[in-house]
Amino acid sequence: MKTLVTGGRVIDPSQDLDGFFDLLLEDGVVARVDESVSASDAEVFDAEGLVVCPGLIDIHVHLREPGEEYKETVATGTRSAAVGGFTAVACMANTKPVNDSRSVTEHILEEARRAGYARVHPIGAVSKGLAGEELAEIGEMVRAGVVAVSDDGLPVANAELMRRALLYAQHFDIPVIQHAEDLDLTGSGVMHEGEWSTRLGLPGIPGSSEDVIVARDLILLEDTVGRYHVAHLSTGRSLAMVRRARQAGLRVTCEVSPHHLLLTDQAVSDMEMSTATKMKPPLRASTDREALLEGLADGTVDAIASDHAPHHVDEKDVEFTAAPFGIVGLETTLSLCLDRLVRPGVISISRMIELLSTGPARVLGIPGGSLAEGRPADVTVFHPDRSVTVDAATMASTSHNTPFDGWKLKGAPVCTFVAGKKINP
Amino acid sequence: MAAGTWQRKDLLGIAELSADEIRLILETAESFSQVAERPIKKVPTLRGKTVVNLFFEASTRTRSSFEIAEKRLSADGLNFSSSGSALSKGESLIDTALNLQAMAPDLIVIRHGAPGAPHLLARRLDAGVINAGDGAHEHPTQALLDAYTIRQHKGRIAGLKIAIVGDIEHSRVVRSNIHLLTKLGAEVTVAGPLTMLPAAVDRLGVRVCHRLEDAIAGADVVMMLRIQLERQSRALFPSTREYFQLFGLTRERLKAAAEDAIVMHPGPMNRGVEIASDVADGPESVILEQVANGVAVRMAVLYLLSGAGEEGV
Ligand SMILES: [Zn+2]
Repeated sequence: MKTLVTGGRVIDPSQDLDGFFDLLLEDGVVARVDESVSASDAEVFDAEGLVVCPGLIDIHVHLREPGEEYKETVATGTRSAAVGGFTAVACMANTKPVNDSRSVTEHILEEARRAGYARVHPIGAVSKGLAGEELAEIGEMVRAGVVAVSDDGLPVANAELMRRALLYAQHFDIPVIQHAEDLDLTGSGVMHEGEWSTRLGLPGIPGSSEDVIVARDLILLEDTVGRYHVAHLSTGRSLAMVRRARQAGLRVTCEVSPHHLLLTDQAVSDMEMSTATKMKPPLRASTDREALLEGLADGTVDAIASDHAPHHVDEKDVEFTAAPFGIVGLETTLSLCLDRLVRPGVISISRMIELLSTGPARVLGIPGGSLAEGRPADVTVFHPDRSVTVDAATMASTSHNTPFDGWKLKGAPVCTFVAGKKINP
Repeated sequence: MAAGTWQRKDLLGIAELSADEIRLILETAESFSQVAERPIKKVPTLRGKTVVNLFFEASTRTRSSFEIAEKRLSADGLNFSSSGSALSKGESLIDTALNLQAMAPDLIVIRHGAPGAPHLLARRLDAGVINAGDGAHEHPTQALLDAYTIRQHKGRIAGLKIAIVGDIEHSRVVRSNIHLLTKLGAEVTVAGPLTMLPAAVDRLGVRVCHRLEDAIAGADVVMMLRIQLERQSRALFPSTREYFQLFGLTRERLKAAAEDAIVMHPGPMNRGVEIASDVADGPESVILEQVANGVAVRMAVLYLLSGAGEEGV
């Protein structure tokens, strides 16, 4: 099967490419990128006025299958990904049962293949059952297809276990992804600790809850020479530590979520304690937000990841303190980035694509993130300034918990190609 | 009574009220306070109106105060508490609200442990919602009765020095009081153990002290807060004995306040923990007046929110 994507603005940060090119997809790979490609037997996709880039990759999503299919399934989650312009997602291990074994990994991959909307890269658990005690069978899971390990949803709290994970994961050259949170410091906290938690009388989660774990892990990383990735990094202080550690030569990467880039803890008050503003880590102070934006621009941040965390409406339609943490994000991420980061000039469109594609691929060491010839024909096509209004009710995801409902944004996904095949979500 | 300026369906907190709205409630309360002095303490103002008292947490004081206020206004009061009703059977707050809606109440008085619970109800229901305390967020009628009591003694709020001492972080009383007193022009100082001072509390427009002595120096009003003794198990303070040594209000310490200072406490008191008995029962104490004024203030709030104002008292 051949597809010729013509007339689009092709932006590929992996080869420093930005211009009007034709793109030939053949046999699942990128066959040619050139100013004018002719392939008479190819199906033509007219991309005039559109941007064509390496397929977007979200390295932090929760697909909820197996175990909580009423929140999301591999099929609905990957469909949501495709609608949002993502060609690949990496899904966290905190399913029921936990993805700590070959059989669960295989089940997820099988469901993903059957659905056919996007590639799925499972992330295995660090510890058996996410119990934080013994290492899971990481090698076995890697053979089955996991690309990283993480106890996400929970931190690896035990320093000794973290040290062992950083050492052991090196046998497979995969990163250990940390959900950096000190649960004692979090306590009963439900939002960022600061002026707004004080005004609302809601128990706070201090920034230090994240920072002390990042600090500890960076010390362990220095000793182990492993690969370490900070999930949903949310504080200025953690970011500064990552920046310094990288300058010192440590193999550390980090991701931030669109909501931490665009909202602050004040949103909890502005939205009258709507549970769509409740997530972990919580929306932070404006100084944290500014630091994260700086980290985007200066290269410290490797990836933007949605932390897509679907929850059922009945679970979210309760008092703020009683609601589960988490929001969905696959279908809003690209538009939010285009409208709120690229349009005001926080980052360039090419840097945005790096953060949503090339960077994530590099973090996990997975194929994709590039339109170089011979690479997988995973392509995202988007309209750089088409107007859209976020409508939670019509999302492809089973869940609708988003603080961005009703936002008017410019820039929207148009379609994706996975292995050269146009996806119709 | 000038009730024409009251526009709100709900009373959820002091944060969103203007100084004029606060004054209107206090002035309305003044006219209702005379009802308590009559031989028959009852007016027909809310006859035919249904008020639901929805108490998810035990609170004998606030609850009986509202109930008396409702009776004095001739409203039909309906009580739901968390024991022995659907509330304790895991029914969600929204379901409870929808069931109540079906009974078509005019007003709902809600006490709930979760900040924002009254707001959640108010968004869903046609009935007016009165927040009778939502977690550590707001307790507007308590702040109003405190302000009423202060005005009774001092004739004003503006320019007064008011110290609030104790567990600032977990108090449902303190935020409403800070909003109200600063809106009416008082200088508010808070003090308490650092483990019980919430983050960035100075952003609420108050002075922050770490010592009781500094907080009450020259104060016209000293408001002591209740210590939840279970906080000790979370190691927020080492012992009640040590707490009393650092933050307990004694007769000796009270000398630092203004000569005609009054002492307040939202109750119930832990005598010998946050306040010495001779201060609680002393001439400066207005603690029992606070309780009495609570009824008049709650009558005023019920009256204004019921829309009865158009017909006059
Ligand atoms: Zn997480």
